[in-house]
Amino acid sequence: MPYNLKEEMNKPERFHSGHRLCAGCGAGIVCRAMMRALNPKDKAVICNATGCLEVSSFQYPYTAWEDSYIHTAFENASATASGVEAAYNVMKRRGRIDPETKFKILAIGGDGGTYDIGFQSLSGALERGHDFTYFCYDNNAYMNTGTQRSSATPRFASATTTPPGAESVGKKQVQKDLTQIVVAHGSPYVAQTTLFGTMKDFHEKARKAIYTEGPTFVNVLTPCPRGWQYPAEDLIEICKAAIDTCVWPLYEVVDGEYRLTYEPKKKLPVEEFMRRQGRFAHCFRSGNEWTIEAAQEYVDRKWEELLEKCG
Amino acid sequence: MSIRERLSGNEAIATAMRQIDPDVFAMFPITPSTEIPQYFAGYVAEGKVNTEFICVESEHSSLSACLGAEAAGCRAVTATSSAGLSFMNEVLYVAASSRLPVVLAVACRALTGPININHDYSDSMAERDSGFIQLYAENNQEAYDNYLCAHRIAEHPSVRLPLMVCEDGFITSHAIENILIEDDDTVKRFVGQYHPENYLLKKKNPLAVGPYGISSYYMEARVAQAEAMKNAKQVILDVAADFEKTFGRHYGLFEAYRMEDAELAVVLMGSSAGTAKAAVDELRDAGVRAGLVKLRVFRPFPGPELAETLRSCKAVAVLDKSEGFSACGGPLFAETAGALINCETRPKIIDIVYGLGGRDFTVKAAKSVYERLKHIAETGETGDVYSHMGVRTNAI
Repeated sequence: MPYNLKEEMNKPERFHSGHRLCAGCGAGIVCRAMMRALNPKDKAVICNATGCLEVSSFQYPYTAWEDSYIHTAFENASATASGVEAAYNVMKRRGRIDPETKFKILAIGGDGGTYDIGFQSLSGALERGHDFTYFCYDNNAYMNTGTQRSSATPRFASATTTPPGAESVGKKQVQKDLTQIVVAHGSPYVAQTTLFGTMKDFHEKARKAIYTEGPTFVNVLTPCPRGWQYPAEDLIEICKAAIDTCVWPLYEVVDGEYRLTYEPKKKLPVEEFMRRQGRFAHCFRSGNEWTIEAAQEYVDRKWEELLEKCG
Repeated sequence: MSIRERLSGNEAIATAMRQIDPDVFAMFPITPSTEIPQYFAGYVAEGKVNTEFICVESEHSSLSACLGAEAAGCRAVTATSSAGLSFMNEVLYVAASSRLPVVLAVACRALTGPININHDYSDSMAERDSGFIQLYAENNQEAYDNYLCAHRIAEHPSVRLPLMVCEDGFITSHAIENILIEDDDTVKRFVGQYHPENYLLKKKNPLAVGPYGISSYYMEARVAQAEAMKNAKQVILDVAADFEKTFGRHYGLFEAYRMEDAELAVVLMGSSAGTAKAAVDELRDAGVRAGLVKLRVFRPFPGPELAETLRSCKAVAVLDKSEGFSACGGPLFAETAGALINCETRPKIIDIVYGLGGRDFTVKAAKSVYERLKHIAETGETGDVYSHMGVRTNAI
């Protein structure tokens, strides 16, 4: 089914306004788009890890979610989803769910709840092969607690636990490549996307993920205005820079086959991504030029590796 | 028709689970509870149950999966011990506060360190404030019977709290006893089906579970949970009454053994009761007015009932099979002493921590406790209120 913006925007909203996410936060966009990717007649259960999204979207007695929703803890969204999926299977088998009613099980967490504290739970659920889709809104640090570095924080980014200073140029390590780690689990559908204006790429990947049987995964680069330090209205421009610099390549892996879904006409230098954000400001100070070169080298190497995988 | 069968505590609990045929069992192994999911895996393999059996990658995930399943509208179970229960700690609180009546079998075992696989209550006592109902068993029959009562108590609309069925690691979990197993149909009828009012997979009315609760709501939620725990006491008694009617075996909040006119009493939990009862019998034969209170229900704590039973004794020893490191006594002592505090007359009361990490408890040791109580009753002098039994002074 080709993507039709007008049609998609006419679907009833399943993630409502009134949530408490910051202006310029990507997580709300991810949620709206994720829910829009569902067939309107299909129901959903959302399993949410603790984080900004959880505290902002379900503050008693209000919820922004139109569908069933469960939050239990920070590190266990995938395990919770495993239990919901097990319940769905057995209730169907025992005739307690009418066969016409289809539920899709979605898990969602930030990079803290996905790359780090929730990594074991995610890996376990992927290996067991539950029929669910995990959306990671990767905002590159622990934003809910105030921008501490995570394993998704890129090298040289300033975080409150990796501040630049006389002896520091921000985070020392490169980010964990979680998307490829998920691919290594043998998941039938894995994709990277982000929020760069048209939601076509997100929508198509989310639909494929949700409607592919088995454990599927969508990693969404999701800017955070507080942590990345940009004006709220720049969100889309930053995401565009992320894909045009190849900092966050768009690709999907279907049954192990890699496919690039976007190739920039002209690959921009990494500083086009970095200079829009306060978290990299120190990289542009005199004497720190090497950090931009090193960041470029890393992005180039990863891009070449990806091109090779995509044939 | 019930049948006599030789079963370990673990197999007795697994048998109860097979008869109940829960919707979801999420397992992760840990000694000495491991046999429970192993037996159950056999039932799954032979088609004796219709359960969704999932082998997860940790105890944190086994309980998390149970929460997802319960919230989705299912009866969910798991089993664990020791470090596994500790690893569940965070999720135990979430289960209770989300009012999800998971039933958790615990083969109680010492916590590390040093690492030790044998019995004490350091694991379950560490979770006494988690919001789980806790039932304890003296022997394999009680472990089985408690399990048959568990779902009805936990799922009762006035309760809706998760529940631990505790057995003593190895002593009960692995020792084989000849016990009565009830027939499958009677068990199924007694336990009944689970029909929650609201659940995630309900066709109409989606459900939201696990909100952020700010100060203007948090306290009300906690008080509602505390009220549910209070309600559990009557439900436990009601289910016990129906159990007695159906299966003929009587249970209360605790067992008062030869307590009618007792002057000297011991309060303890679990398998040590069998040993202590033998001591009581010998002492009674010798004319000593000795009695025993064996707690079945630790949460909710039967404070007023316990006080009523103990208040006219002269001296009471609480035997704690876990060390709470409070520097003034174990958890069972603190709760028992607290229960007696407002009685007009009350006994002298001491705490003896014993049996840690599987250290043996004998009839002789039990009799020595009554010997001490006799001295306290005669002199009014308690000596050390908080002491440890049978510690070797030159061991470390």
